[in-house]
Amino acid sequence: MGRHAPVAAPGTPAVRARGLRIVRGGRRGVVVVDGLDLDVPAARVVGLLGPSGGGKTSLLRAVVGVQSDVTGTLDVLGLPAGDPRLRRRIGYVTQAPSVYADLTVRENLRYVAEVLRVGEDRVTAVLRDVDLRHLSGRTVAALSGGERARTSLAIALLGEPDLLVLDEPTVGLDPVLRRDLWALFHDLAAGGASLLVSSHVMDEAERCDRLLLLRQGRLLAEGAPGDLLERTRTTTAEAAFLALVEDGAS
Amino acid sequence: MSPLPTTGRVLRKVGHDHRTLAILLVLPCVVLGLVGWMFSGTDVVDRFGPVLLGLFPVIVMFLVTSVATLRERQSGTLERLMAGPVRRGDVVVGYAIAFALVGAGQALVLTAFTVLVLGMDVAGDLGGVVLVAVLDAVLGTALGLAASAVARTEFQAVQMMPLVLFPQLVLAGLFLPRDQMPAVLEAVSRAMPLTYGTQALQELAAGASLGDVRGAAGAVLAFIAGALVLGTLSLRRRTP
Ligand SMILES: Nc1ncnc2c1ncn2[C@@H]1O[C@H](COP(=O)(O)OP(=O)(O)O)[C@@H](O)[C@H]1O
Ligand SMILES: [Mg+2]
Repeated sequence: MGRHAPVAAPGTPAVRARGLRIVRGGRRGVVVVDGLDLDVPAARVVGLLGPSGGGKTSLLRAVVGVQSDVTGTLDVLGLPAGDPRLRRRIGYVTQAPSVYADLTVRENLRYVAEVLRVGEDRVTAVLRDVDLRHLSGRTVAALSGGERARTSLAIALLGEPDLLVLDEPTVGLDPVLRRDLWALFHDLAAGGASLLVSSHVMDEAERCDRLLLLRQGRLLAEGAPGDLLERTRTTTAEAAFLALVEDGAS
Repeated sequence: MSPLPTTGRVLRKVGHDHRTLAILLVLPCVVLGLVGWMFSGTDVVDRFGPVLLGLFPVIVMFLVTSVATLRERQSGTLERLMAGPVRRGDVVVGYAIAFALVGAGQALVLTAFTVLVLGMDVAGDLGGVVLVAVLDAVLGTALGLAASAVARTEFQAVQMMPLVLFPQLVLAGLFLPRDQMPAVLEAVSRAMPLTYGTQALQELAAGASLGDVRGAAGAVLAFIAGALVLGTLSLRRRTP
């Protein structure tokens, strides 16, 4: 259920791409994605999985509207990607934690809270969600990689976004934390938010409601994790991925 | 939306960085102190002090601003900011206000030091000297914001200083009065913002009042506005 705007027509996917083409590095750059069709269902945790360099970050940048040279159709929450009305409804976590190293955790959150005009109670709530309350007074420069990543995630949660776009949010976290964060993602989806989560670590696949396997800018497969295993007659996501790659090659 | 959240964030960052703060406030005083010592017993500090008061803020604030904003572009924080509802002008103006306040602090400390410790005796309006020095600080920040859009690396950002500021310093009329320059250089000099700040300070040192230099001060203000518009336009939501 959307919290900032009326719910789009039922069945409207959170993200819908048709004939999507993305060029990185400017006009004389590289075609990273060409002719991509995909649907990200709403109110689900959708994993965007694939090897490094496959185009995950480029696709997510296009979805949140910060990537130039994007052509084709790309609709987000029923609006064209980059539409100013979307800016309040999307929470984005970049691959490298985008936090101000010389500010404390709370100061980082407070800044974005002021921009979004949400109160201190939201700051406290998201700090609890990502289990960072005990570090809120610490300067970000003095945090571990995982703690920085969680600070960055907390910032994205501040505005209670309808769509969360998370670029490898759990990389470098210990197993317990990873499990807790995936539980948080599912809580958010149960509350109506749509999540698009990228990862190059295949064993995160089973934690998603639905998978999009992206390789060299092309959609290798999509579906529920169980279906993909069944279809490829494999037992792990990694094996399924390899089977799909070999399928595509033959 | 307003620029103030960004202003607060930048000021908090500078506030945490005591070493930078000390360098910003103390270093110019040390350099001017050396000048005063070297020329003690002459009227050099009285005649050139005001002009130097305007030069430090413009150079220092240009460097500080262009490096700080470039770091923001590279760290991903700007990318996330641009995905959100913040207005581009608010980010640029937020930065400008924050560094203008820092620059104003620097100009005030430096003026107080030159008057109280070095015994600078300004023939014209001392309040005018402070005001133009602050304007120069804001100018340095605004130019730094515009220049940081062109630079891709911190190394390039630092190189922008000689590129943008050195020609202005050479042609500002410090070394040769403007009306004695070759016609072409005089015309170029008139198109450069620092020329007007320097001119105002020279006139104030020679006994002018604040009212006498309002034309030159207005020109500096116009350049500040122009540089801020340029900085906003060059800040792109979508990047390659
Ligand atoms: N700024 C850029 N200029 C040129 N090529 C780029 C740029 N950024 C990424 N690429 C290329 O685009 C491809 C996809 O990158 P990316 O979207 O970051 O993949 P992933 O996130 O899946 O690792 C890679 O081959 C990468 O080298
Ligand atoms: Mg990536």
